[in-house]
Amino acid sequence: MAAVMPIPAASRVLLSGNEAVARAVWEAGVKVAAAYPGTPSTEMLEVISTYPDLYAEWSVNEKVSLEVAIGAAYAGSRAFCCMKHVGMNVASDALMTLTLTGVIGGLVIAIADDVGLSSSQNEQDSRYWGRFAHVPVLEPADSQEAYAMTLYGYELSEKYQVPVILRMTTRINHVKSLVEVGERVPHTGAGFKKEPGRFVMVPGNAGKRIPLMFKRDIELRALAETSELNFIEKGSDTRVGFIASGPAYMHVKESFPNAPVLKLGFSCPVPFEKCRELAALVDQVVVVEEVEPLIETELKAQGVNVIGKEILPLQGELSPNVLKPAIARLLGESVPENGPNGRSTAAMPVFPRPPTMCVACPHLGVYYTLSQVRNLTISGDIGCYTLGAGHPWNALDTCVSMGASMGMALGLDKGRGETDKDKRIVAVIGDSTFLHMGMQGLLDMVYNKGNVTVLLLDNRAVGMTGGQDNPGNGRDIYGDTAPRVDFAKLVAALGVKEERIHKVNPYELPVLFKTIRDEVKVPEVSVIITDQPCVLIKDYHKLKPFEVIDDKCTGCGNCIDVGCPAIHVTRRGKEVKASGREVDLAFVRIESSVCTGCGLCVQPCAPNAIVHYAPVSPIKLVGKGCGA
Amino acid sequence: MSENTNILVVGIGGQGVMTATEILAEAAIAMGHDAKKTEVAGMAQRGGVVSSHLRFGQRVLSPQITPGTADVLLGFESAEAMRWQHMLRPGGITLMNTARLVPPVVELGLFDYPEDPLAEIRKTGNKVVAFDATSIALELGDIRLGNTVMLGAIADHLPFPAETLLDCVLKRFQRKGEKLVELNRRAFEAGRAAVGEAEAALA
Repeated sequence: MAAVMPIPAASRVLLSGNEAVARAVWEAGVKVAAAYPGTPSTEMLEVISTYPDLYAEWSVNEKVSLEVAIGAAYAGSRAFCCMKHVGMNVASDALMTLTLTGVIGGLVIAIADDVGLSSSQNEQDSRYWGRFAHVPVLEPADSQEAYAMTLYGYELSEKYQVPVILRMTTRINHVKSLVEVGERVPHTGAGFKKEPGRFVMVPGNAGKRIPLMFKRDIELRALAETSELNFIEKGSDTRVGFIASGPAYMHVKESFPNAPVLKLGFSCPVPFEKCRELAALVDQVVVVEEVEPLIETELKAQGVNVIGKEILPLQGELSPNVLKPAIARLLGESVPENGPNGRSTAAMPVFPRPPTMCVACPHLGVYYTLSQVRNLTISGDIGCYTLGAGHPWNALDTCVSMGASMGMALGLDKGRGETDKDKRIVAVIGDSTFLHMGMQGLLDMVYNKGNVTVLLLDNRAVGMTGGQDNPGNGRDIYGDTAPRVDFAKLVAALGVKEERIHKVNPYELPVLFKTIRDEVKVPEVSVIITDQPCVLIKDYHKLKPFEVIDDKCTGCGNCIDVGCPAIHVTRRGKEVKASGREVDLAFVRIESSVCTGCGLCVQPCAPNAIVHYAPVSPIKLVGKGCGA
Repeated sequence: MSENTNILVVGIGGQGVMTATEILAEAAIAMGHDAKKTEVAGMAQRGGVVSSHLRFGQRVLSPQITPGTADVLLGFESAEAMRWQHMLRPGGITLMNTARLVPPVVELGLFDYPEDPLAEIRKTGNKVVAFDATSIALELGDIRLGNTVMLGAIADHLPFPAETLLDCVLKRFQRKGEKLVELNRRAFEAGRAAVGEAEAALA
């Protein structure tokens, strides 16, 4: 992204939580910021890269991004690192020892929890890391707080020489609200000073650091007790008082404007005395936290009488429509079956609209082909191509974690049951996911002589998160030229035999089909690399669109099985075959205004009914894939 | 907080729902309101359902509109306008594009697209105004103007002057030249007129 002039200080602007954190990172004088893209965290680093005076990078995975940030913080510079919740699972190896060494320059790690699962494989609670790694956790409730807590995070980090976790959720990262921004204060790093007893974590040194970590815990808890980020708002309705953190605080204030509330912004370590102070004001205390009962459990262990997950869900957001009935029930009040206005709040039944692959997506050809090859078990991975599990392809059987397709494919191979003995094992992984955590799995597969056909879908982008650059496409975060990985050479270096490596154009269905069918029969590791770009990035070039000659369409529906959203059914019918079997017919048209001429649907069309569009007047193509 | 205005903008990924809501938020802020905008999007870039919430007023706490409390529902697509009816408050209004965007799961014969979403919405008793924003945009020469047509459509259903919203829309196109500004002005007015006419016909 190109650098732009930052918004002047003292402006009040509409910013998402991600944009607010980015602004604060710049204002704090951060020198190094690193991340791997992941919803809902991605925009933080994207926006940071538009600010001057700092270095930003897309790292190959979250662990590397944290290590880059740790190095910068050891060098005395301020550093920033962000990731989605599952990213910290990858990065935690570094975190758990970083907590012993601490930092010199401030280090804030923003972790974005996808509460509500808008685009994730699980809903874990990152506040656990604060307890596990003995580091403070700050929880903003809106963009202004995300901004302010990021700035404060650097002060806190440097004062206690501790990394600070900024725990965000989707409802913070992606909500836009007003933020008053300030001036940038440059920060000069002290430079790296050799201090092996602190920075070389061998057992003898680490053992001496552990008591310091526990001492720091006590100091941080005392600080949380007096922190301005933790405050009690008194209220007239003392039947229930609330302890709330993160966006749940806003939902509590919205739902119970007259109730006393303890707002925890500095939520780990938990300020127990402050919680007791609230408890003394009210009849009973309800802890409102997304997702796990962390504060609640700790308070109960302290003998503070609170309730929480007994009446609130352990999953999803605690929005007003969840909170209000739960508290009404607690108070023994009647809960209207319908909504706040006595009307039904049940949604009208409408078909589901799951995310689809884009018009002309290069993955369409891959999944169409996989759906045509019999007897496969397909180990999938994380990215746009996870959508291959859906209709019409149903050609992806597993999805667990980044890079898991590799190791799991080997496990599916080695752990075959009697019923799978003739099954062919295929693994499907994208370019960026492969570089993130797939390479090691492939190495393991080769080393241990697995029988797996790997489809490496190189679309030159981190597609699902918006087409970010990565080492596979030869561009860095600034769009500047960067060394580009040669996937064929890389997999050869990992030990895949040269004759088992194929580069295929995924729009050439017969070649793709033959290559997959041949390779699954070979009882060793093969890698088939597809090499066409994501349709949403600049490397993609549109071709002349197609249309259907209605008279020629026989209604066979083969083109629909490709799964392209530009193909629409015009009418349906039935035909009785010579065998007496009745088959459904679906006659189609192509929405030529969005078709970009990839030609995938043309190939399975037996009657040659799909031809280049011959417009009567010039048409305008829409900018992006799925538009209307 | 009942004094807040709640606007729900719905459609599918790629239609510009989120941008439209952001412009509405900018207009509310220009009027001195506090505002929060949120959506459930995530994977919506891939043609999924998008619902974008805008709340504004003196002070906004929760960014989410509670079901049954939306003042206006701006629907970029017919079935999507139907999907979110339960979000409207009694007396709330739906302003909807009559465009039908049929997803692959319907084309595959796995689900049916509702025969007449407009009629289904009318059956609920909710007030609804329908217009063909896509055709209006195409008549003006570019389907991408549909977003501005939709903003024009809501312009007379806001607690502030339509001109404030128009200014915010046009500001977006200033850097791209006078021609595009003019085109968007016409798209905005066309959307506004379409809703005005449709409402007059209902009265």
